[in-house]
Amino acid sequence: MIKQRTVKATIDGQSVEVPYGTSILDAARQACIEIPVLCKHPDLPPTAACGLCIVKLKDNAKLPRACATPLEDGMDVVTHDHELREIRRSVIELILSNHPNECLSCGRNGSCELQTLAAEFGIRQDVIKRTVRDLPCDNSNGSIVLDFRKCIKCGRCVTVCQEVQNVWALSFLERGINTRMAPAGDISLAESPCIKCGQCAAHCPTGAIVERDDVSLVTAAIEDPAKFCTVQIAPSVRVAIGEEFGLPPGTNLTKKLYAFMRRIGFRAVFDTNFSADLTIVEEASEFVERFAHGKGELPLITSCCPAWTDFMEKKHYDFIDNFSSAKSPQQMLGVMAKTYFAETQKIDPATIFQVSIMPCTAKKYELERTDEMMASGFHDVDVVLTTRELARLIKQSGIDFLALPDEEADSILGDYSGAGTIFGVTGGVMEAALRTAYHYVTGENLEGEAINFEAVRGLDGVKEAAIKVAGTEVRIAVAHGLSHVEQVLNKVRAARESGAELPYHFIEVMACPGGCIGGGGQPYGVTNAVRQKRIEGLYADDRDCAVRFSHENPEIKRLYEDYLGKPLSERAHQLLHTNYKPRPLYKN
Amino acid sequence: MNATYDSATLDQIAADAPTLAQPYLRVGLDTGGIAAGSLVIHEFFTAAAKKHHDFPPIKRVGSNGLSWADPLLEVNVDGLPPTLYGAVDETAAQQILDEHILGGKLVDDHALAYPNEAQARATVTKSTEHTFVLVKDTSCDDGDKTEFFQFALQEEIKRQGLDPSVQVVRALDLGVQDEGVVLRILPAGITYANVLTTQVADIVARTIKNGEVVAELQHQASVHQQRIVMRNCGIVDPEDIDDYIRHGGYAGLKQALAAPPETCLATLKASGLRGRGGAGFPTWMKWKLTREAPGAIKYVICNADEGDPGAFMDRSVLEGDPHAVLEGLILAAYAIGATTGYFYIRAEYPMAIERVQKAIAAARNAGLLGQNILGSGFDFDAKVRLGAGAFVCGEETALIASIEGKRGSPSPRPPYPSVSGLWEKPTSINNVETLAAASAIAARGGEWYAGFGTKESTGTKVFAVTGKVKHAQLVEVPMGTKLRDIVFALCGGTHDVFDIKAIQTGGPSGGVIPEKLLDTGVSYEALKALGSIMGSGGMLVMDQSDCMVDVAKFYLKFCVDESCGKCAPCRVGGFQLLQLIDKIARGNGKPDDLDLLRRISVAMQKASLCGLGQTAANPVLSTLKYFEDEYRAYIEGGRAYARKMKQAREAGTPKPVVATV
Repeated sequence: MIKQRTVKATIDGQSVEVPYGTSILDAARQACIEIPVLCKHPDLPPTAACGLCIVKLKDNAKLPRACATPLEDGMDVVTHDHELREIRRSVIELILSNHPNECLSCGRNGSCELQTLAAEFGIRQDVIKRTVRDLPCDNSNGSIVLDFRKCIKCGRCVTVCQEVQNVWALSFLERGINTRMAPAGDISLAESPCIKCGQCAAHCPTGAIVERDDVSLVTAAIEDPAKFCTVQIAPSVRVAIGEEFGLPPGTNLTKKLYAFMRRIGFRAVFDTNFSADLTIVEEASEFVERFAHGKGELPLITSCCPAWTDFMEKKHYDFIDNFSSAKSPQQMLGVMAKTYFAETQKIDPATIFQVSIMPCTAKKYELERTDEMMASGFHDVDVVLTTRELARLIKQSGIDFLALPDEEADSILGDYSGAGTIFGVTGGVMEAALRTAYHYVTGENLEGEAINFEAVRGLDGVKEAAIKVAGTEVRIAVAHGLSHVEQVLNKVRAARESGAELPYHFIEVMACPGGCIGGGGQPYGVTNAVRQKRIEGLYADDRDCAVRFSHENPEIKRLYEDYLGKPLSERAHQLLHTNYKPRPLYKN
Repeated sequence: MNATYDSATLDQIAADAPTLAQPYLRVGLDTGGIAAGSLVIHEFFTAAAKKHHDFPPIKRVGSNGLSWADPLLEVNVDGLPPTLYGAVDETAAQQILDEHILGGKLVDDHALAYPNEAQARATVTKSTEHTFVLVKDTSCDDGDKTEFFQFALQEEIKRQGLDPSVQVVRALDLGVQDEGVVLRILPAGITYANVLTTQVADIVARTIKNGEVVAELQHQASVHQQRIVMRNCGIVDPEDIDDYIRHGGYAGLKQALAAPPETCLATLKASGLRGRGGAGFPTWMKWKLTREAPGAIKYVICNADEGDPGAFMDRSVLEGDPHAVLEGLILAAYAIGATTGYFYIRAEYPMAIERVQKAIAAARNAGLLGQNILGSGFDFDAKVRLGAGAFVCGEETALIASIEGKRGSPSPRPPYPSVSGLWEKPTSINNVETLAAASAIAARGGEWYAGFGTKESTGTKVFAVTGKVKHAQLVEVPMGTKLRDIVFALCGGTHDVFDIKAIQTGGPSGGVIPEKLLDTGVSYEALKALGSIMGSGGMLVMDQSDCMVDVAKFYLKFCVDESCGKCAPCRVGGFQLLQLIDKIARGNGKPDDLDLLRRISVAMQKASLCGLGQTAANPVLSTLKYFEDEYRAYIEGGRAYARKMKQAREAGTPKPVVATV
């Protein structure tokens, strides 16, 4: 049997044995020792920028960085002593001397890693004269705000933008004390390749990159008697919001969220899981049209992630014809609220103010992506709050969120199937679509364990599978984290060029690692372990659902019967579909 | 010149080694020489050559290091000893043409001693019918007596009836410093120092007439230059591969390729050569680690991103003898198993770039680069990449990032470049000097090289001595040579107004060494123990008029400007140190500021990611260590003192020294 190679060493006098390649920083954690660090995010490779995690090695005059140095056999590491503490204190003071003293008005007040360290080290006065370059914020793209003055140049955002997402919107400019994180080429974020995925904000240790805060727009609307405020809650919000209140990741708070929304004054509480089912019905029908009836390009590529569609329009626009024209669940719910719901409830759609709670910063951009986002004649969705903004809204409201009794969503846009809820995880859209497509092709529903498509689950960057549907093989691929997309698309491109058989019939792409549960608007501190817990939360929700097929959701059925007719009907096309156009970044 | 060279071709060309019987003119056409006007001199003699039959061939060479005496011209014609002339302007060129080349006499006021003992000795082997006495007063305490001695010698020679077979010439420099009147008698090659007027008659009678050496007058040099890295600088035509081969070039490569790579590593190990870029890591070990790292594709890089203010060793070697470096690169590639090599040269060195490119093209043309080099089955080619002006790109990992087309920022090590370097392949990065030494070692053996220098630091090191020194120049000395000998015996000490205060080694990353410690022998270990570093070999001399707070500020500012900004201790630490020093220099410092200076410096040293940040505070710490009183003078003297210093600085007048405050 092949066994994992391990190394044995001593850290602060304690013996540790860890897998080969484990950094001193991670190995120390196993010995219950936390080494202070600002630049290393557990989710990202080290940048070695901050200089706080220096440790001593026996017989070595240099102080290596624990984040970037693998533990070696026989190492004798000292992580904390007076000298190291004093050096770290000096480094923190240096960083603070180049950071605005604006904690009280900062988006990260209370969750800032620099603030926390300064407090832990007992920094009581500014020994080193403060010098902060006056740089204006970049508010240009509507989703993410860059406050360059607060940047400590840890490099997390640049790493995540370049290496994890392959977007290359952010970079470092200039050098020395003038070094700054900024869109490459010193342009505005709106002009940059930024796709608003928000991974930079989710990983930033300070308030240098934050989501645009729209909480007050929502509270103002709720209190406006002329407005009929409705809300929708995305799948992955329910399994992450608890983290903001001390609960473990993956804790499902769906019903408390419904209760909270009503308490704070929303007059109708919907669930994006409902419209996820709607998206699946349309998208699965689209797939069957293309796959079984040859109408349209294959592979079909999912389009419910707005960061991905933005990326595709900028970089991979040769796949526009492959994109599913079905709108994302957020937009489908928005348009249904202002048409079907308004008509059914006899409410003037002009008065409806639709708020959407999303794990995602790009969803703020999606609201105005094209004219089709106003298919109801109004903004189908008026405001998007990310999970982090929702947490602030809850805390500002004075409502004891966790103590609320469970409640249910409002009919007729609130009921959901297990297929709808797994939209929030990588592979979930694929799985949900396959469950329904199988039904459309065979007329039967999958049963037992066959409902669970294990091959598309999990955190591998690219997942591939071949599934038999009515005797025909459907080849699928699932990619998440945009750095993984290119390899999948290049396979298709290669096949197209050589005229070979297509490698895939159906591709799911989510911009953020892990899918929406790892979205850029989710609570801070995401790692694969956290993602995994959130994923388990949603799969548990799926398992617990009485209905596990989107097409079996009774409210979906009713919607088609009462209003839309059939999937892909003219009305469905008018309200539930959109299109894409190339927007190359660099013109030849 | 299209034929591929094999071992036999190399031997054939090498057999044609030049002798002093062949006349030549060598013009120093390096960046420094050209800046001083050597192109004009080259044109002058080229024009003269057209007007005369059998004019000696005019050869383009690099600098032999005597930068203070640029433009340099070496003349070797029948009947006269080979003569090195310095400070050759157009008037001097005309004189040299008329009097020396056409007239058979040496020219006054321009002759120089050869910087290199071996070369100096070679000149005396050339027989001439005449005797030449070069004279120079090297301590002009009460006026320059050179002319007086020339006259006295001439009169005495006449008196003793030796005229006209003896010529007495005023020299520009005889390589002996501060030893009174110095005579060099050619072709005998005898040097006398501290000659008195009363001894003139004796010298003429005994030495010039009878060839007897007056032992008590003979000058014993305390230090000699040993040219290994610069062996061909100022001698070979850098743009002629055959000239390099005629001077023994590519012989080391030929030998190395005939044996397995392990033999090459063993030779390097025996030589004890350590990286000359500053860190002093054993070169053989670096190559071995790269050789042993798994992977089929490996790279070797020549780091020619010389960026220390005042340092120009690498430039001079690349401009003067590029093939020596290229040969070293090919050797390194062979030893580690690399198939591609890069010269990373800073774009500010256009002439070095051009000459390296020509060297690569010539070597490729000759089959010394490319497939199956010298029939050994070894394939290797080299390319040039330009640095865009960032000092930090001299740091290995930043250099790699730069070649890869990324922002030139260092990355944490491990992984070391020897395991994962350029494009994540095992990569060995070597300094120019290291490679030039390696090619000499390959030809002459590891033990030969280890015979120079000290036990831990073998071989020689090139220093660029600049600042308040009479002869700013390059010197190449064995390791262990005393700093005092380098500064005084080889470079003439400070100008005559002020005494020396300190020297600064290692460029902006180095530290100052006060006068009282100048008897230290140079080596990696010794300089580090003094709070400085060897660095790449910059050596700046400061005299009593220099303010050490200014010095610290100057070097620190350099590093602050050049910090890549990646890691906080260097980015913010350097900036804040500079703010503090500036505050002190304006007379606004507080006593506590010195503690803060030290504290920030330590944080930078200990917590910075790369060598730049780790050493950027060295100038501050070392000036604080040896010259804290100068800082205190600013703090205690306040603005009044700062104003006084500022006025002195602006007026260019000697600054008030601390002791008077």
